[in-house]
Amino acid sequence: MGSELPLFPVQASSVAASVDHLVYFLLAVAVFFSVGIFVSIFYFAVRYRRRFESEVPPTVHGGMTLEIAWTVIPFGLTMIMFMWGASIFFKMSRPPDDAQEVYVVGKQWMWKMQHMEGQREINELHIPVGQAMKLTMTSEDVIHDFFVPAFRTKADVLPGRYTTTWFKPTKPGKYHLFCSQYCGTNHSLMVGWIYVMEPQDYQAWLSGGATGSLASSGEKLFQDLACANCHHLNDQGRCPNLRNLFGSQVPLSDGSHVLANEDYIRESILNPSAKIVAGYQPIMPTFQGLVTEENVLQLIEYIKSLTPKPGAAPAAGAAKSTQVKKLSKQ
Amino acid sequence: MITAVVEERDYLHESYGIKSWLLTKDHKRIGLLYLHTITFFFFLGGIFATLIRVELLTPHGDLVTSDTYSKLFTLHGVMMIFFFMIPSIPASLGNFFLPMMIGAKDLAFPRINLLSWYLLLIGGCLAIYAMLAGGVDTGWTFYTPYSTSYSNSYVIATGLGIFIAGFSSILTGLNFIVTVHRMRAPGMTWFRLPLFVWSNYATALIQVLGTPVIAITLVLLICERVLHIGIFDPARGGDPVLFQHLFWFYSHPAVYIMVLPGMGVISELISTFSRKPVFGYKFVAFSSVAIAVLGFLVWGHHMFVSGQSVYAGLVFSFLSYFVAIPSAIKVFNWTATLYKGSISYATPMLYAFGFIGLFTIGGLTGLFVASLGVDVHVHDTYFVIAHFHYIMVGGTMMAYLGGLHYWWPKMTGRMYPEGFAKLSALTIFLGFNLTFFPQFILGYLGMPRRYHNYPDEFQVLHVMSTAGASVLAVGYLMPLIYFMWSLRYGKIAGPNPWGATGLEWQTSSPPPAHNFDETPVVTTEAYDYAALEAAKVG
Amino acid sequence: MDSHTETLALREQFETPGQQKEASTLGMWIFLVTEIMFFAGLFLAYSIYRREFAGVFAVASNTLDVVIGAVNTAVLLCSSYTMVLAVRAAQMGMRKALIVFLILTMVFGGIFLGVKAYEWNQKFEEHHVPGATFHLEGTTQQGPAQLFFSLYFTMTGLHALHMVVGMGIMLTLLLQAIAGRYTPDYYTPVDVGGLYWHFVDIVWIFLFPLLYLIGRHYH
Repeated sequence: MGSELPLFPVQASSVAASVDHLVYFLLAVAVFFSVGIFVSIFYFAVRYRRRFESEVPPTVHGGMTLEIAWTVIPFGLTMIMFMWGASIFFKMSRPPDDAQEVYVVGKQWMWKMQHMEGQREINELHIPVGQAMKLTMTSEDVIHDFFVPAFRTKADVLPGRYTTTWFKPTKPGKYHLFCSQYCGTNHSLMVGWIYVMEPQDYQAWLSGGATGSLASSGEKLFQDLACANCHHLNDQGRCPNLRNLFGSQVPLSDGSHVLANEDYIRESILNPSAKIVAGYQPIMPTFQGLVTEENVLQLIEYIKSLTPKPGAAPAAGAAKSTQVKKLSKQ
Repeated sequence: MITAVVEERDYLHESYGIKSWLLTKDHKRIGLLYLHTITFFFFLGGIFATLIRVELLTPHGDLVTSDTYSKLFTLHGVMMIFFFMIPSIPASLGNFFLPMMIGAKDLAFPRINLLSWYLLLIGGCLAIYAMLAGGVDTGWTFYTPYSTSYSNSYVIATGLGIFIAGFSSILTGLNFIVTVHRMRAPGMTWFRLPLFVWSNYATALIQVLGTPVIAITLVLLICERVLHIGIFDPARGGDPVLFQHLFWFYSHPAVYIMVLPGMGVISELISTFSRKPVFGYKFVAFSSVAIAVLGFLVWGHHMFVSGQSVYAGLVFSFLSYFVAIPSAIKVFNWTATLYKGSISYATPMLYAFGFIGLFTIGGLTGLFVASLGVDVHVHDTYFVIAHFHYIMVGGTMMAYLGGLHYWWPKMTGRMYPEGFAKLSALTIFLGFNLTFFPQFILGYLGMPRRYHNYPDEFQVLHVMSTAGASVLAVGYLMPLIYFMWSLRYGKIAGPNPWGATGLEWQTSSPPPAHNFDETPVVTTEAYDYAALEAAKVG
Repeated sequence: MDSHTETLALREQFETPGQQKEASTLGMWIFLVTEIMFFAGLFLAYSIYRREFAGVFAVASNTLDVVIGAVNTAVLLCSSYTMVLAVRAAQMGMRKALIVFLILTMVFGGIFLGVKAYEWNQKFEEHHVPGATFHLEGTTQQGPAQLFFSLYFTMTGLHALHMVVGMGIMLTLLLQAIAGRYTPDYYTPVDVGGLYWHFVDIVWIFLFPLLYLIGRHYH
């Protein structure tokens, strides 16, 4: 319906229509009240215009009923708006379990995407129609924002941690991607395109020019950086076993627990002394400066691959609040 | 009621010379000093706006470089918000009329009042220095880590300028609160106060409680930038989103500092030019205070997509709808005041009508951005820009102009030319809508804020917006010209050209230096036109 | 008539000295509320980071000298006491006592500032000042450790700045007292100056446990 109006961007995701429907409701309320006020003012101003200079109109006393009415009714309307908007927001905050992962790194002034299968893209993202995609994003420098108007989605991209957004494209096509958090000189050039393709076209695109999946790149890094020397992928190393780690609760040396999600893995690579696993020594060196944000994402994918994924136990934490996982959790 | 016995000269003529102005303690003169200062900053901010709109005529950045463009929108925001809007009505009209409206001789602390003006000047000079030295390009929101670690512009000088101007605001608020509490004339009970006083009082509460937070935020920003203390730097364990929380904790209430005084003016105008008391006086009065209080609870609605938790978003969205209600109550009460009134179409009333209409639209679009599901889409787009300009320009600016026209005869003893004034009001109204209504559409289509280059398909709407801006600019220049003209050639005004109630109309135009020869004793309710009529006849 | 010649106790804009006194006092209270809001941002930032980096902050906090901090606390409490006595002396018209108590208040204030300077110097020598030469033993997390000390110096520095302003206010009051300006009918500046001084004291009462006493174990 709304997708052909020149006033609205095309509806190209599973939530776009519901956002637009709420907007229609808000528009209706807004038009109703604006027109009502405009007409009332106009009517009263004409009907009761001053007829002679010393005219003093009779006093009209305020009415409690009227005051209550025009307090309660707007309040009721706003509560409807709140609940409606909140329910859409919940949907936007919870990627479905079958969402595929894409990693995004924003930096002044470009977007770098990495598919799990290994494809890297700059300022473009090719995705198949009808498949939910969950984006895990970070910034190398300042705050950016990943905005796709056609999908009605938007999320800030922060340095030092991951934020997520998700969408399920419903219409093949080419859609604007904008950075929408001011980030410096070329903020308005930090734009790109989302290409939503038919599944077969997407497969064809995937198979051309892959350099190995993200996880396999991560595995290669794992060897090259000598992680394997300590992390023996069993319980025999001097270092915690990374098999079956992702998504589990990790006991720390101070007695607390932390969820082993993307943020935890990232912190463990870049700032290992921040959290020490119970029963282990703080001997891991930091890899800050030795790995890029993309490398970190590849290593995370590799570590994720070491945890078998039955249907019901995906990357934990993804099901609930996926907006942010802070670097340091208690 | 007191009829002025004018034996002393009026406040404009009781002393001469630049020292008598620069060292004055008279709240009326200080109000005029502020009027000059804020007018300067308004036009300075307007020049930046003009350049922005001209640049946006074409999709590619061809008028100015990207960095210059960033400085233009930053300085537009900084100058307009901190050096024009925040002081505007309270410091000019409020300073002039609040003491008179309550029957006082001056504010509680006249010398602090003068200090407030100097602080605004000093802060403004720092900001102008930053502008001339090379500008600042962070956006008026100064988000970290861009402002602390990446921008190569005059962040510190600008930050210091705003910091100092903030104290101007705090001291004005402090002065107003003490004045209203302690200096009301006998018989001037709280519920006999003009609603303009209620609004400025509520504004003062926000100024006093909120501004110190932006002050410390700017201190931390500067420390981070100079000393790299790490508080907003993720590499050292800091959190850039903490800056946003601290910043918006003030900057949201700040928008109520900007609109509440305007609402107070509108109450006065609607009443005077309908010759009726404001419908639901107590509701309007309490709504002002409710807006001030609730306004402190909603800052997170600027941060729905910042990475804050879903649950924080829920709380802030819910409360944001709450804070909309008192504003709606006011709009309904103003409209109801017109019912069975005696409506005059004098220029101030035209501005009041414009305010109610445009503030209503702006406020209703606030319901869009308060909605979590919709805000995800429209955050940081032109939709938000349109929303807040409807309120601040369509709202406050109209109220300010309406108030200026209304009280001009009282302040200067001269009438402005009514024909030209009506024409410029109409020009402003039309120019404003043509400028900003297309921006709602642009925003929903996805046009991001602070964009120097944009996709070609947005050009038509941008051209419309710029066309509107040129009309608006003409509309704003007209009062500048005819107000100055009126000082010499305007019709001489009597004490009460509008037949208004209120103590300020019971003295001469311009008022005597000490406002009243004898302390007024108040025996009537606010907006008692019958009593006014009786006093005239009797 | 309502116009009157202006005196200290009854300025032009007021009707009665009582009105002026009430206005001045209310004005100072409101100003103190703004000061609370000013410090609040720092306390908030501190609380957030304290929660997030509890361990590191405890290590850092333990390098602060509790004894010195406690002594300084006592010193400030004494200064508030002498300030109260000063206000009472002014109220009773006891000019000499007023002068003595103002001087004592300043002495205590000066001791506080001197001790603070000593503390800061110690921190400098221990390489606990954030910057290139910063190092805190007992933790590998130098970033958050620097954060503790950044907040420490910002908060105690802002407090010290307010103390210095307070000393200036005391000096002004002292000079005015010596000149005989205060009588039982007019001593408002001493009163509101006292309010300010007490406020600065109270800020320290909060700073001390928050900064110095995290996770302390006493043997």
